[in-house]
Amino acid sequence: MPVLNTRVNGKTVQKEIKPTTLLVAFLRDGMGLTGTHVGCDTSQCGACVVHVDGVAVKSCTMLALQAEGADIQTIEDLAGDDGTLHPVQQAFQKHHALQCGFCTPGMIMASVALLSANPRPSPAQIRHGLEGNICRCTGYQNIVNAVLDASGQLGG
Amino acid sequence: MYPFLYQRPTSLDDALKSFRSADDACYLAGGQTLLPVMKQRLAMPSDVIDLASIGELRGFTVAQDRLSIGAMTSHAVVAQAAEIKSCIPGLSHLAGTIGDPHVRNRGTLGGSIANNDPAADYPAALVALDAVIHTDRREIAAADFFKELFETALEGDELVVRVEFPLPQKSAYIKFPNPASRYAMVGVFAAVVSGAARLAATGARSCVFRLHQMEQALDKNFDAAALAGHSLSAEGLTVDMHASAEYRAHLIGVLARRAVDAANGRGSGS
Repeated sequence: MPVLNTRVNGKTVQKEIKPTTLLVAFLRDGMGLTGTHVGCDTSQCGACVVHVDGVAVKSCTMLALQAEGADIQTIEDLAGDDGTLHPVQQAFQKHHALQCGFCTPGMIMASVALLSANPRPSPAQIRHGLEGNICRCTGYQNIVNAVLDASGQLGG
Repeated sequence: MYPFLYQRPTSLDDALKSFRSADDACYLAGGQTLLPVMKQRLAMPSDVIDLASIGELRGFTVAQDRLSIGAMTSHAVVAQAAEIKSCIPGLSHLAGTIGDPHVRNRGTLGGSIANNDPAADYPAALVALDAVIHTDRREIAAADFFKELFETALEGDELVVRVEFPLPQKSAYIKFPNPASRYAMVGVFAAVVSGAARLAATGARSCVFRLHQMEQALDKNFDAAALAGHSLSAEGLTVDMHASAEYRAHLIGVLARRAVDAANGRGSGS
Protein backbone atom coordinates (compact mmCIF):
# COMPACT_ATOMS: atom_id res chain seq x y z
CA MET A 1 0.00 0.00 0.00
CA PRO A 2 1.20 3.54 -0.70
CA VAL A 3 2.40 5.68 2.19
CA LEU A 4 0.94 9.13 2.82
CA ASN A 5 3.25 11.76 4.28
CA THR A 6 1.38 14.80 5.46
CA ARG A 7 0.83 17.12 8.40
CA VAL A 8 -2.42 17.11 10.34
CA ASN A 9 -3.05 19.89 12.84
CA GLY A 10 0.67 20.61 13.04
CA LYS A 11 1.79 17.01 13.55
CA THR A 12 3.75 15.05 10.95
CA VAL A 13 1.90 11.91 9.92
CA GLN A 14 3.14 8.94 7.93
CA LYS A 15 0.58 6.24 7.23
CA GLU A 16 -0.04 3.41 4.81
CA ILE A 17 -3.39 3.88 3.11
CA LYS A 18 -5.40 2.43 0.27
CA PRO A 19 -5.56 4.71 -2.80
CA THR A 20 -9.37 4.73 -2.57
CA THR A 21 -9.28 6.35 0.89
CA LEU A 22 -10.95 9.75 0.86
CA LEU A 23 -9.37 12.53 2.89
CA VAL A 24 -12.39 12.64 5.21
CA ALA A 25 -12.15 8.89 5.87
CA PHE A 26 -8.43 9.20 6.58
CA LEU A 27 -9.10 11.99 9.09
CA ARG A 28 -12.03 10.32 10.83
CA ASP A 29 -11.11 6.62 10.71
CA GLY A 30 -7.34 6.85 10.33
CA MET A 31 -6.64 9.73 12.70
CA GLY A 32 -9.69 9.55 14.97
CA LEU A 33 -10.54 13.18 14.21
CA THR A 34 -14.29 12.81 14.09
CA GLY A 35 -15.02 16.54 14.31
CA THR A 36 -15.03 16.60 10.51
CA HIS A 37 -18.41 15.23 9.45
CA VAL A 38 -19.72 13.32 6.46
CA GLY A 39 -23.11 14.69 5.51
CA CYS A 40 -24.03 14.10 1.90
CA ASP A 41 -20.79 12.48 0.70
CA THR A 42 -21.48 14.12 -2.69
CA SER A 43 -19.71 17.49 -2.21
CA GLN A 44 -22.93 19.44 -1.73
CA CYS A 45 -23.36 19.96 2.02
CA GLY A 46 -19.95 21.16 3.26
CA ALA A 47 -20.04 19.31 6.61
CA CYS A 48 -16.63 17.85 5.68
CA VAL A 49 -14.82 21.15 5.02
CA VAL A 50 -11.21 21.22 6.25
CA HIS A 51 -8.26 23.40 5.29
CA VAL A 52 -5.55 22.01 3.01
CA ASP A 53 -2.57 24.34 2.73
CA GLY A 54 -4.73 27.14 4.09
CA VAL A 55 -7.68 26.83 1.72
CA ALA A 56 -11.09 25.31 2.43
CA VAL A 57 -11.85 22.06 0.62
CA LYS A 58 -14.53 19.41 0.77
CA SER A 59 -12.65 16.46 2.19
CA CYS A 60 -15.22 13.97 0.84
CA THR A 61 -14.15 14.94 -2.67
CA MET A 62 -10.41 14.58 -2.30
CA LEU A 63 -8.29 11.46 -2.08
CA ALA A 64 -6.14 11.31 1.03
CA LEU A 65 -3.14 10.69 -1.26
CA GLN A 66 -3.76 14.08 -2.89
CA ALA A 67 -2.78 15.60 0.45
CA GLU A 68 0.79 14.27 0.13
CA GLY A 69 3.13 16.92 1.54
CA ALA A 70 0.22 19.18 2.50
CA ASP A 71 -0.68 20.88 5.73
CA ILE A 72 -4.17 19.87 6.87
CA GLN A 73 -6.12 21.69 9.55
CA THR A 74 -9.36 20.36 11.04
CA ILE A 75 -11.90 21.77 13.48
CA GLU A 76 -10.03 20.08 16.36
CA ASP A 77 -7.11 22.47 15.88
CA LEU A 78 -9.03 25.76 16.17
CA ALA A 79 -9.32 26.04 19.96
CA GLY A 80 -6.23 26.97 22.00
CA ASP A 81 -4.31 24.37 24.01
CA ASP A 82 -6.13 25.55 27.14
CA GLY A 83 -9.48 24.94 25.50
CA THR A 84 -10.18 28.58 24.71
CA LEU A 85 -12.46 28.56 21.69
CA HIS A 86 -11.48 30.29 18.45
CA PRO A 87 -13.27 33.66 18.00
CA VAL A 88 -15.46 32.17 15.26
CA GLN A 89 -16.44 29.28 17.55
CA GLN A 90 -17.22 31.76 20.33
CA ALA A 91 -19.36 33.82 17.98
CA PHE A 92 -21.31 30.73 16.85
CA GLN A 93 -21.98 29.91 20.51
CA LYS A 94 -23.00 33.46 21.40
CA HIS A 95 -25.38 33.87 18.46
CA HIS A 96 -26.96 30.39 18.64
CA ALA A 97 -25.67 29.77 15.14
CA LEU A 98 -26.30 26.06 15.49
CA GLN A 99 -28.99 23.72 16.65
CA CYS A 100 -28.13 20.08 16.05
CA GLY A 101 -24.52 21.02 15.29
CA PHE A 102 -23.97 18.58 12.45
CA CYS A 103 -23.05 21.23 9.88
CA THR A 104 -21.12 23.33 12.40
CA PRO A 105 -17.56 22.03 11.90
CA GLY A 106 -17.83 22.69 8.16
CA MET A 107 -19.58 26.03 8.68
CA ILE A 108 -16.85 27.16 11.05
CA MET A 109 -13.95 25.99 8.88
CA ALA A 110 -15.58 27.70 5.88
CA SER A 111 -16.13 30.88 7.92
CA VAL A 112 -12.53 30.95 9.14
CA ALA A 113 -11.30 30.63 5.53
CA LEU A 114 -13.75 33.33 4.43
CA LEU A 115 -12.54 35.74 7.12
CA SER A 116 -8.88 35.12 6.38
CA ALA A 117 -9.49 36.08 2.72
CA ASN A 118 -11.88 38.92 3.54
CA PRO A 119 -11.62 40.14 7.17
CA ARG A 120 -14.66 42.46 6.97
CA PRO A 121 -17.21 40.79 4.70
CA SER A 122 -20.68 42.22 4.07
CA PRO A 123 -23.70 40.03 4.92
CA ALA A 124 -24.08 39.32 1.19
CA GLN A 125 -20.43 38.29 0.93
CA ILE A 126 -20.88 35.98 3.92
CA ARG A 127 -23.90 34.32 2.33
CA HIS A 128 -22.02 33.96 -0.94
CA GLY A 129 -18.95 32.64 0.88
CA LEU A 130 -20.98 30.01 2.71
CA GLU A 131 -23.00 28.84 -0.28
CA GLY A 132 -21.17 25.51 -0.23
CA ASN A 133 -22.41 24.76 3.29
CA ILE A 134 -25.92 23.61 4.09
CA CYS A 135 -27.66 23.86 7.49
CA ARG A 136 -31.04 22.17 7.87
CA CYS A 137 -31.93 23.30 11.42
CA THR A 138 -31.60 26.95 12.14
CA GLY A 139 -31.55 28.65 8.81
CA TYR A 140 -28.72 30.98 8.13
CA GLN A 141 -29.46 34.31 9.81
CA ASN A 142 -27.68 33.54 13.07
CA ILE A 143 -24.74 32.03 11.20
CA VAL A 144 -24.38 35.27 9.23
CA ASN A 145 -24.66 37.24 12.49
CA ALA A 146 -21.96 35.08 14.09
CA VAL A 147 -19.54 35.63 11.22
CA LEU A 148 -20.29 39.37 11.26
CA ASP A 149 -19.60 39.44 14.99
CA ALA A 150 -16.40 37.40 14.64
CA SER A 151 -15.22 39.99 12.11
CA GLY A 152 -15.82 42.74 14.68
CA GLN A 153 -18.67 44.33 12.75
CA LEU A 154 -21.51 43.98 15.23
CA GLY A 155 -20.16 46.12 18.04
CA GLY A 156 -21.00 45.44 21.70
CA MET B 1 -14.85 3.32 -5.40
CA TYR B 2 -13.34 0.39 -7.23
CA PRO B 3 -9.64 -0.13 -6.47
CA PHE B 4 -7.07 1.65 -8.63
CA LEU B 5 -3.34 2.38 -8.67
CA TYR B 6 -2.46 5.96 -7.74
CA GLN B 7 0.43 7.62 -9.54
CA ARG B 8 1.81 11.13 -9.14
CA PRO B 9 4.30 11.93 -11.91
CA THR B 10 6.39 15.11 -11.73
CA SER B 11 6.73 15.75 -15.48
CA LEU B 12 4.49 15.73 -18.54
CA ASP B 13 6.60 12.97 -20.10
CA ASP B 14 6.22 10.76 -17.07
CA ALA B 15 2.48 11.41 -16.99
CA LEU B 16 2.14 10.33 -20.62
CA LYS B 17 4.32 7.25 -20.03
CA SER B 18 2.26 6.24 -17.01
CA PHE B 19 -0.95 6.70 -18.98
CA ARG B 20 0.26 4.63 -21.91
CA SER B 21 1.59 1.76 -19.83
CA ALA B 22 -1.64 1.39 -17.83
CA ASP B 23 -4.65 -0.73 -18.83
CA ASP B 24 -7.25 1.97 -18.52
CA ALA B 25 -5.83 5.13 -17.00
CA CYS B 26 -7.48 8.38 -16.09
CA TYR B 27 -5.84 11.76 -15.43
CA LEU B 28 -6.81 13.44 -12.17
CA ALA B 29 -6.84 17.25 -12.14
CA GLY B 30 -8.88 18.82 -9.31
CA GLY B 31 -11.11 15.77 -9.01
CA GLN B 32 -14.33 17.70 -8.45
CA THR B 33 -16.07 15.70 -11.19
CA LEU B 34 -13.92 12.58 -11.51
CA LEU B 35 -14.02 11.63 -7.82
CA PRO B 36 -17.83 11.87 -7.50
CA VAL B 37 -18.14 9.80 -10.68
CA MET B 38 -15.73 7.18 -9.28
CA LYS B 39 -17.57 7.17 -5.96
CA GLN B 40 -20.78 6.36 -7.83
CA ARG B 41 -18.87 3.56 -9.60
CA LEU B 42 -19.67 5.11 -12.96
CA ALA B 43 -15.93 5.10 -13.72
CA MET B 44 -13.41 2.41 -12.81
CA PRO B 45 -9.98 3.42 -14.06
CA SER B 46 -7.14 0.94 -13.45
CA ASP B 47 -4.77 3.84 -12.75
CA VAL B 48 -5.40 7.38 -11.54
CA ILE B 49 -2.62 9.72 -12.64
CA ASP B 50 -2.58 12.81 -10.45
CA LEU B 51 -1.28 15.89 -12.29
CA ALA B 52 -0.78 17.95 -9.13
CA SER B 53 3.02 17.75 -9.07
CA ILE B 54 3.65 18.87 -12.66
CA GLY B 55 4.82 22.46 -12.26
CA GLU B 56 4.36 23.56 -15.87
CA LEU B 57 0.61 22.98 -15.66
CA ARG B 58 0.15 25.65 -12.99
CA GLY B 59 -0.08 29.43 -12.94
CA PHE B 60 -0.78 32.07 -15.56
CA THR B 61 1.05 34.75 -17.54
CA VAL B 62 -0.19 37.95 -19.13
CA ALA B 63 1.58 39.15 -22.27
CA GLN B 64 0.76 42.22 -24.31
CA ASP B 65 -2.11 40.67 -26.25
CA ARG B 66 -2.61 37.28 -24.57
CA LEU B 67 -3.47 35.66 -21.29
CA SER B 68 -2.14 32.16 -20.84
CA ILE B 69 -3.54 30.00 -18.03
CA GLY B 70 -2.05 26.63 -17.00
CA ALA B 71 -4.42 23.66 -17.07
CA MET B 72 -4.08 22.95 -13.33
CA THR B 73 -4.91 26.51 -12.30
CA SER B 74 -7.88 26.50 -9.93
CA HIS B 75 -11.12 28.38 -10.50
CA ALA B 76 -10.38 30.31 -7.29
CA VAL B 77 -7.12 31.66 -8.72
CA VAL B 78 -8.80 32.71 -11.99
CA ALA B 79 -11.60 34.37 -10.01
CA GLN B 80 -9.30 36.24 -7.63
CA ALA B 81 -6.14 37.15 -9.54
CA ALA B 82 -6.13 40.92 -10.08
CA GLU B 83 -4.21 40.63 -13.40
CA ILE B 84 -6.83 38.26 -14.85
CA LYS B 85 -9.67 40.42 -13.56
CA SER B 86 -8.23 43.48 -15.25
CA CYS B 87 -7.45 41.90 -18.64
CA ILE B 88 -10.50 39.59 -19.07
CA PRO B 89 -13.09 40.59 -16.45
CA GLY B 90 -15.76 38.27 -17.87
CA LEU B 91 -13.49 35.23 -17.47
CA SER B 92 -12.66 36.12 -13.90
CA HIS B 93 -16.35 36.64 -13.11
CA LEU B 94 -17.22 33.30 -14.74
CA ALA B 95 -14.67 31.40 -12.64
CA GLY B 96 -16.22 32.92 -9.50
CA THR B 97 -19.64 31.49 -10.40
CA ILE B 98 -18.52 27.85 -10.67
CA GLY B 99 -19.76 25.58 -7.87
CA ASP B 100 -19.01 27.00 -4.43
CA PRO B 101 -15.84 28.40 -2.81
CA HIS B 102 -14.55 24.99 -1.69
CA VAL B 103 -15.12 23.43 -5.10
CA ARG B 104 -13.40 26.42 -6.74
CA ASN B 105 -10.34 25.85 -4.56
CA ARG B 106 -9.87 22.38 -6.08
CA GLY B 107 -11.50 22.45 -9.54
CA THR B 108 -9.29 23.38 -12.49
CA LEU B 109 -9.59 24.96 -15.94
CA GLY B 110 -8.02 21.96 -17.67
CA GLY B 111 -10.20 19.46 -15.84
CA SER B 112 -13.35 21.38 -16.66
CA ILE B 113 -12.71 21.70 -20.39
CA ALA B 114 -11.41 18.13 -20.81
CA ASN B 115 -14.63 16.89 -19.21
CA ASN B 116 -16.83 19.12 -21.43
CA ASP B 117 -19.95 18.86 -19.33
CA PRO B 118 -22.79 20.36 -21.41
CA ALA B 119 -23.66 22.69 -18.51
CA ALA B 120 -20.09 23.68 -17.58
CA ASP B 121 -19.20 27.37 -17.66
CA TYR B 122 -15.68 27.51 -19.11
CA PRO B 123 -16.58 26.16 -22.59
CA ALA B 124 -18.70 29.30 -23.20
CA ALA B 125 -15.74 31.53 -22.36
CA LEU B 126 -13.24 29.61 -24.49
CA VAL B 127 -15.52 29.61 -27.54
CA ALA B 128 -16.61 33.24 -27.20
CA LEU B 129 -13.06 34.46 -26.57
CA ASP B 130 -11.60 32.44 -29.48
CA ALA B 131 -9.15 30.73 -27.12
CA VAL B 132 -6.53 28.19 -28.18
CA ILE B 133 -5.97 25.00 -26.20
CA HIS B 134 -2.31 23.97 -26.05
CA THR B 135 -1.81 20.26 -25.40
CA ASP B 136 1.32 18.17 -24.99
CA ARG B 137 1.39 17.72 -28.80
CA ARG B 138 -0.56 20.46 -30.63
CA GLU B 139 -2.73 23.56 -30.54
CA ILE B 140 -6.48 23.26 -30.92
CA ALA B 141 -8.85 26.19 -31.49
CA ALA B 142 -11.74 26.24 -29.02
CA ALA B 143 -14.14 26.06 -31.96
CA ASP B 144 -12.68 22.62 -32.83
CA PHE B 145 -12.08 21.42 -29.28
CA PHE B 146 -15.60 20.95 -27.88
CA LYS B 147 -17.11 18.16 -29.97
CA GLU B 148 -20.21 16.70 -28.35
CA LEU B 149 -21.68 15.73 -24.99
CA PHE B 150 -18.63 15.05 -22.76
CA GLU B 151 -16.48 14.70 -25.91
CA THR B 152 -13.54 16.81 -26.97
CA ALA B 153 -10.91 16.69 -29.70
CA LEU B 154 -8.39 15.29 -27.19
CA GLU B 155 -6.89 11.90 -27.95
CA GLY B 156 -7.07 9.31 -25.16
CA ASP B 157 -3.72 10.11 -23.58
CA GLU B 158 -3.51 13.76 -24.65
CA LEU B 159 -3.07 16.36 -21.91
CA VAL B 160 -4.21 19.97 -21.85
CA VAL B 161 -1.16 22.03 -20.86
CA ARG B 162 -2.53 25.57 -21.02
CA VAL B 163 -5.19 27.75 -22.61
CA GLU B 164 -4.32 30.98 -24.38
CA PHE B 165 -6.88 33.76 -24.62
CA PRO B 166 -6.49 36.76 -26.94
CA LEU B 167 -7.29 39.84 -24.85
CA PRO B 168 -10.80 40.99 -25.76
CA GLN B 169 -11.99 44.58 -25.94
CA LYS B 170 -15.06 43.59 -23.92
CA SER B 171 -16.19 40.51 -22.01
CA ALA B 172 -18.95 39.39 -19.66
CA TYR B 173 -20.67 36.19 -18.58
CA ILE B 174 -24.21 35.84 -17.28
CA LYS B 175 -25.45 32.55 -15.98
CA PHE B 176 -28.78 31.30 -14.76
CA PRO B 177 -27.61 28.65 -12.32
CA ASN B 178 -29.53 25.59 -11.34
CA PRO B 179 -30.10 26.41 -7.66
CA ALA B 180 -29.12 22.93 -6.47
CA SER B 181 -26.13 22.00 -8.63
CA ARG B 182 -25.04 25.54 -9.61
CA TYR B 183 -24.36 24.26 -13.10
CA ALA B 184 -25.67 26.55 -15.81
CA MET B 185 -29.30 26.02 -16.82
CA VAL B 186 -28.12 28.47 -19.45
CA GLY B 187 -25.04 30.69 -19.50
CA VAL B 188 -24.10 33.25 -22.15
CA PHE B 189 -20.62 34.69 -22.62
CA ALA B 190 -20.47 37.91 -24.64
CA ALA B 191 -17.22 39.36 -25.94
CA VAL B 192 -15.71 41.69 -28.48
CA VAL B 193 -12.55 40.09 -29.86
CA SER B 194 -10.49 41.84 -32.55
CA GLY B 195 -13.43 44.18 -33.08
CA ALA B 196 -15.96 41.38 -33.69
CA ALA B 197 -18.91 40.48 -31.46
CA ARG B 198 -18.85 36.88 -30.25
CA LEU B 199 -21.54 35.16 -28.16
CA ALA B 200 -21.48 31.58 -26.90
CA ALA B 201 -24.12 29.71 -24.91
CA THR B 202 -23.69 26.76 -22.56
CA GLY B 203 -26.20 24.56 -20.74
CA ALA B 204 -28.73 24.72 -23.56
CA ARG B 205 -27.59 21.93 -25.89
CA SER B 206 -25.42 18.84 -25.67
CA CYS B 207 -22.40 21.07 -26.31
CA VAL B 208 -21.48 24.75 -26.23
CA PHE B 209 -22.49 26.76 -29.34
CA ARG B 210 -22.26 30.26 -30.78
CA LEU B 211 -25.21 32.60 -31.32
CA HIS B 212 -24.32 33.64 -34.86
CA GLN B 213 -27.44 35.64 -35.69
CA MET B 214 -27.15 37.71 -32.55
CA GLU B 215 -23.45 38.26 -33.26
CA GLN B 216 -24.31 39.69 -36.68
CA ALA B 217 -26.79 42.09 -35.16
CA LEU B 218 -24.20 43.16 -32.60
CA ASP B 219 -21.40 43.62 -35.13
CA LYS B 220 -23.10 46.79 -36.35
CA ASN B 221 -23.88 48.04 -32.89
CA PHE B 222 -22.63 46.24 -29.76
CA ASP B 223 -25.59 47.25 -27.66
CA ALA B 224 -28.29 45.11 -26.04
CA ALA B 225 -30.86 47.18 -27.94
CA ALA B 226 -29.54 45.64 -31.17
CA LEU B 227 -30.85 42.27 -29.95
CA ALA B 228 -34.45 43.48 -29.68
CA GLY B 229 -36.71 41.15 -31.61
CA HIS B 230 -34.04 38.44 -31.85
CA SER B 231 -35.25 35.14 -30.52
CA LEU B 232 -33.79 31.69 -30.76
CA SER B 233 -35.78 28.66 -31.89
CA ALA B 234 -36.33 26.06 -29.19
CA GLU B 235 -35.61 23.29 -31.67
CA GLY B 236 -32.74 21.09 -30.58
CA LEU B 237 -32.38 22.69 -27.16
CA THR B 238 -32.07 20.58 -24.02
CA VAL B 239 -35.22 19.39 -22.27
CA ASP B 240 -34.84 18.01 -18.76
CA MET B 241 -36.54 18.02 -15.35
CA HIS B 242 -35.30 21.57 -14.76
CA ALA B 243 -36.49 23.37 -17.87
CA SER B 244 -38.24 22.98 -21.22
CA ALA B 245 -36.55 23.80 -24.51
CA GLU B 246 -38.80 26.86 -24.88
CA TYR B 247 -37.74 28.14 -21.46
CA ARG B 248 -34.08 27.70 -22.33
CA ALA B 249 -34.59 29.51 -25.66
CA HIS B 250 -36.17 32.38 -23.76
CA LEU B 251 -33.31 32.41 -21.22
CA ILE B 252 -30.73 32.63 -23.99
CA GLY B 253 -32.35 35.81 -25.30
CA VAL B 254 -32.57 37.38 -21.85
CA LEU B 255 -29.07 36.38 -20.79
CA ALA B 256 -27.54 37.48 -24.11
CA ARG B 257 -28.96 40.98 -23.62
CA ARG B 258 -27.76 41.07 -20.01
CA ALA B 259 -24.31 39.80 -20.99
CA VAL B 260 -23.96 42.51 -23.64
CA ASP B 261 -25.08 45.10 -21.10
CA ALA B 262 -22.54 43.80 -18.61
CA ALA B 263 -19.79 43.76 -21.23
CA ASN B 264 -20.63 47.42 -21.83
CA GLY B 265 -20.18 48.10 -18.11
CA ARG B 266 -23.88 48.05 -17.19
CA GLY B 267 -24.79 45.58 -14.44
CA SER B 268 -22.73 42.77 -12.96
CA GLY B 269 -21.22 39.95 -14.96
CA SER B 270 -17.75 41.23 -15.56
